[in-house]
Amino acid sequence: MNKLDREKVEGQPESSTRRELLKTIASVPVLGAMAYGVYKRSKYDRMRRDLSDVFKLDNLTPPVMETQPDGKQIRIGLIGFGIRGKQLMRGIGFAEPQYIENLKEAHKRNPKDTRYADFMEQENLNVVVNGVCDIFDVYGEAAILTGSNLHREGLNGHYAAPPKRYRHYRELLAADDIDAVIIAAPDHWHGTMAMDAALAGKHVYLEKPMTWTVPETYRLREIIKQTGVVFQLGHQGRQTDSYLKAKEIIEKDILGHVSLIEVCTNRNDPNGAWVYDLIEGSSPETIDWKQFEGNADRIKEYLDYMRENGLERYVGPDSRDRFSLERFFRWRCWWDYSTGLSGDLLTHEYDAINQIMNLGIPHSATSSGGIYFFKDGRTVPDVLQTSFEFTNHDLTMLYSATLSNQRNRGKVFMGHDASMELSNTITILVDPRSTRYREKIDSGIIQPDVPFFRYVPGQTDTDAITSATELYFAQRGLLYSYVNGKKYDTTFLHLREWLECIRRGGQPSCNIDKGFEEAITAHLGTRAYLEGRTMYWDADKELITRG
Amino acid sequence: MKTENTYTTTQLVGLVLLRMIIGWHFLYEGIVKVLNPKWTSYGYLMDSKGWLQSFFQSLAENFSLLQAVDFLNEWALLLIGLALIVGCLARVATIGAMVLLAFYYLSHPPLIGYTFLMPSEGSYLWIDKNIVEIAALFVLYVFPTSGIVGIDRWWRRIRN
Repeated sequence: MNKLDREKVEGQPESSTRRELLKTIASVPVLGAMAYGVYKRSKYDRMRRDLSDVFKLDNLTPPVMETQPDGKQIRIGLIGFGIRGKQLMRGIGFAEPQYIENLKEAHKRNPKDTRYADFMEQENLNVVVNGVCDIFDVYGEAAILTGSNLHREGLNGHYAAPPKRYRHYRELLAADDIDAVIIAAPDHWHGTMAMDAALAGKHVYLEKPMTWTVPETYRLREIIKQTGVVFQLGHQGRQTDSYLKAKEIIEKDILGHVSLIEVCTNRNDPNGAWVYDLIEGSSPETIDWKQFEGNADRIKEYLDYMRENGLERYVGPDSRDRFSLERFFRWRCWWDYSTGLSGDLLTHEYDAINQIMNLGIPHSATSSGGIYFFKDGRTVPDVLQTSFEFTNHDLTMLYSATLSNQRNRGKVFMGHDASMELSNTITILVDPRSTRYREKIDSGIIQPDVPFFRYVPGQTDTDAITSATELYFAQRGLLYSYVNGKKYDTTFLHLREWLECIRRGGQPSCNIDKGFEEAITAHLGTRAYLEGRTMYWDADKELITRG
Repeated sequence: MKTENTYTTTQLVGLVLLRMIIGWHFLYEGIVKVLNPKWTSYGYLMDSKGWLQSFFQSLAENFSLLQAVDFLNEWALLLIGLALIVGCLARVATIGAMVLLAFYYLSHPPLIGYTFLMPSEGSYLWIDKNIVEIAALFVLYVFPTSGIVGIDRWWRRIRN
């Protein structure tokens, strides 16, 4: 304030003081306008989001089985240390020292790569690996080293006593210092190994698909039930947070009657199409080819089915006893060992839907497809469509997959009143022609082209989307992907659930009944493709028929 | 500090209007975030590009840092907006506003070849609306008005 100004103010008439006050607070009324605007806006937003009468969801948190602090230690045997076997071992806390080094290196190169810290922080499941079995020496030796890496160390670390390596899985099953086995062998061994393990009194964690042939599916179910071992099928999707919320959405009938479900698995690289590397050091001397060929009874079941139905063109083409590195490492490409897209990828999709809607086995399956891109001598298709009819639920589940395009088509549940797109997140769009939401659509409360509900794991409340910004980021996965600040690996959770059921009793989420439904469903789809006709399930007789 | 004698009435009206308009923008951005308990800068920070990309992303990836950033951002926006509108501590608020906007600019610089998840409503090359607002705030900084119209007028009287 300069001298002139001050003179004006001091000892001035009242009108001048009033003017002074006015100038001081002249802009304050703007705040009133702001308050009014905010009030009007929030009233409008509240009206827009007033869905309480149609949309009632609980704030359920996933029921996780924590490891008991004083539970007994479980002694594990591992069968199969290939790609998945290595991942499962990491799931129970055992990694190859070289893998640890790679993670450390990755963190050095990119500080944001926190896989090393995440793995080191992964909860200790109180297990010990006493036996490993792999018929390829390189994998067998690697499995020994991994099983001894109790403290998750890199190269030249201090390792615990190494597990015993067994050359044949039956020797491993006979060991009395093993309580439970994790089976990650190729598909054609799954059922056989699981049956033998149960008969040997070992609890079983079995990779999907549950079985390779239809007859063994019934036998495995019977044996698991008779022996009472704890059985978990490797559909780790059972632990996905968003699937639990999707189940609640279906149960509360928010979508109306669902008549069509579309599930897809698209990939577009050699690895995704099962063209895996041929590993150095592999030769007839280092691979037990005889054991790889498979169990004689299973092979007979497989060949009997193929021959009886004139499907010999799908067998081979190589003779089963001819050593082949391609067939050993890329076994998923041949029906001789594989269950194709049905067993490898469709089963995950089906199990997710079965978990959410409890559909059971479909009434029928019709398939089509072919080998349209990977013309590398494989016998399994690289494009497959299977439509499953669930007549007792009045709905179709359509599976569609290609191995030469990775466009993400999501899992979509199409209901009369709304569609739900499911991945790790959930988006619900109300159908413009919905009967149930008619009034709310007409009054503008629900806009059919704007997601009506979005679920992102880790967010505790289940309100509708509150802003366009949130929607943008949520759709692109840039919202919290962890629960309570902690990221969970579903394979780890699935294994932990199995181990806790062994300790405390109880049934894991993907038990033998769910496994039976998964296996029969996949077989229906596979047979429909092979035979080129619709296959039916006779629920009363529990038989696959041709209608 | 300049006085009203140095501005014509039109100049003063223009400057005060500019101050209130920018204040309004800040205040409403702050209120929206404060009123929305789910609001987080996570997505915005993770979408950062350019020179400070890793810095902004590391803020987002650390849960406690992110909470602090969210808190500071929403309340800074709100208080700066309030201060500019009522003309209270307007100099400090103007500087704070410029710093905040500079952060936004640095996290989402409109450089050639950068695309962001949130599409912008216009087309920008090097200069975006953050820079325009920073420039406007700089004008307010060198031509202050809160000592003439605003609570700062009262502060000034007390001080004197």
